[in-house]
Amino acid sequence: MGAAAVVGGEERPAEGDQAGAGGQAGPGTDLRAASAGRGRAYATRGRVRRPSGASVVASAAAVRWSTGCMSHVTFLLVMVIITALAFDFTNGFHDTANAMATSIATGALPPRVAVLVSAVLNVVGALLSTAVAKTISGGIVDDGLVTLGMIFAGLVGAILWNLFTWLLGLPSSSSHALIGGLVGAAWVGAGQKAVNFDEVLEKIIIPAFAAPVVAGIAAALATYLAYRLSGRADEESVTKGFRSGQIGSASLVSLAHGTNDAQKTMGVITLSLISAGALSTGAGPPTWVILTSGLAIGLGTYLGGWRIIRTLGRGLADIHSPQGFSAETASATVILSSAHLGFALSTTQVCSGSIIGSGLGRRGSEVRWSTAGRMVIAWLVTLPAAGLVGGAASAVVVHGGTAGTVVVAVVAVAAAGVIYLLSRRSPVTADNVNDSRTVTVNPQPAAAGS
Amino acid sequence: MAVHWSALGEVTAVSIGATVAVAVVFTLGVRSTLAYQDAKDGGRTSAAALAGAALCFLACAAAVAYGLYLIIPQFHD
Repeated sequence: MGAAAVVGGEERPAEGDQAGAGGQAGPGTDLRAASAGRGRAYATRGRVRRPSGASVVASAAAVRWSTGCMSHVTFLLVMVIITALAFDFTNGFHDTANAMATSIATGALPPRVAVLVSAVLNVVGALLSTAVAKTISGGIVDDGLVTLGMIFAGLVGAILWNLFTWLLGLPSSSSHALIGGLVGAAWVGAGQKAVNFDEVLEKIIIPAFAAPVVAGIAAALATYLAYRLSGRADEESVTKGFRSGQIGSASLVSLAHGTNDAQKTMGVITLSLISAGALSTGAGPPTWVILTSGLAIGLGTYLGGWRIIRTLGRGLADIHSPQGFSAETASATVILSSAHLGFALSTTQVCSGSIIGSGLGRRGSEVRWSTAGRMVIAWLVTLPAAGLVGGAASAVVVHGGTAGTVVVAVVAVAAAGVIYLLSRRSPVTADNVNDSRTVTVNPQPAAAGS
Repeated sequence: MAVHWSALGEVTAVSIGATVAVAVVFTLGVRSTLAYQDAKDGGRTSAAALAGAALCFLACAAAVAYGLYLIIPQFHD
C-alpha cells in the first residue's frame, strides 16, 4: 500500500516491452489493467520512456539537477516536479491569510512585514520538517495504482482550483484541493478501487465539519473573556497589548503551516522520484527537494494572496486586536492539538472558523454571513471541483501519453494566465488590502490607474 | 470505518481549554501591565501589578515554547 509498493527494481525489464508496444490508447488501457492486477505503477513508466523529442528535452533538463540519476528522469517526471512546486507556490499564497489576515487587519503588523515574517517562518518550518509523508495522500488514494501521469493530473486540478478561489478571494483549503485533484485523477485513471472512500470520509469530511466549529467556539469564548476581563481598561492600551500577542500566535500558525504543507509537496516529489526509479525505496527527500519545496511555499507566502487576506481579515467580521489575538490563539491550539492527536485538519478552515468565532464573541461585532456562506460553499465544492479538473486532466494524460501531458500543461498554463489577467482588472495589493471588505471580479478591463 | 469520536472529543476539549486559558492569562497580563502603568503615572510603584504581569506573560511564553516543541519534530523524535 505504501510508497514502497510503487517501486521495485524487478519491474524494470517490463519497460522495454511496453515501450515496444507503443503505448497508444488501446494498449494504454491494457497496461493499466495489467498494472492494476499487480498493484504496480510501471504502466506510466513504460509510456513515458518511449523515445521522443520530449525525452531528449527531459534528459537535457536532468543534467541541471541530478547527475546521479539522470537515466531515470523522464519528461513526465519533470512535469510532475514542476507542477508539484507550482502547487506548493499556490499553497503558499493561498494560505498566507490564515496566519496573517487578522494581524494585517488590526494593524499588528504592516502588510509587507506580515507576509515577510510568514514567508520566513514557512521556509524555516519546511526545513525543520523533513520527515516526509510515507504516502502521497495519507492513504486516500492507493499509491500502488497511481501513476506519475495521474499525480500530474491531480496537481493540475489542485492548482487551477486554488487559483480560481484566489481570484474570487475565497479561503478554500489547499489540502482539500490537492486531495480532491488526486482522488479525481486516480478515480478516472485507475478506477474506483484506487480511491479509499472510507478514508475520505474519516480523514477529510468529518474533520472538515468539526474543525472550524471547534476553532470557532474556542475563539468566541476567548474573545468574550478577553473583553470581559479587560473590561473598563483604556481601550488604546489594551489594543496595543493584544497586538503584540497577536504577532506571537500568528507566527506559531505560520511555522506550523510550513512544517505541514511544504512537507506534502516534498512527499509528492519524493514518491514520484521513487516510482521513477531515481531514488531507492523508502528514501528520504534529497536536499534539493527540501530546498525547492521550502522556497516555493515561502515565495508564494511572500507574494501574499492579498485577495484572500482581505476576505479573512476584513470580509468575515470587523476584527479588533483582542479578537485577532483570540482567533490566532484558537487556530494555533486547534492545529497543534489535532496534529498531535493524529488528525489532519485544513489550516484554512480552522483559521476561518476562528475568525467567525471571534466576530461572534465581541458584543457589537457583526459577522457577515453572506461572505461566510460563500466561503462555506467554496469549502463544500473544493473536493469535487478539484476532482473534476483532476479527473479530466487524468483522462487526457492517461489516454494521450506525452502529447496528452503537453496538452494538459498548455491548457493549465493558459487557464492560469486568464485567471491572473482577470485578477489584474480588480487588483488587491499590500496597499489597498484593508481599504474594502469585498473582492470583486471585474469582467471588464480596469479603468486606467486602478 | 471507525470514526475516532473520543479523539475528536479530546481535540475539542484540549483546544477550547488551552485557547481559553492562554487568552485569559494574556488578558490578565495586559490588565496588570496597565495597572502598573497607572500606578506609575500616579507616582507610585505597584510591585504586585508588575509581578502579576510578569507571571502572566511568562506563562504565555511557556505556552508558546510548548507550541514550538510540538511543531518542531527535532525536539520530540
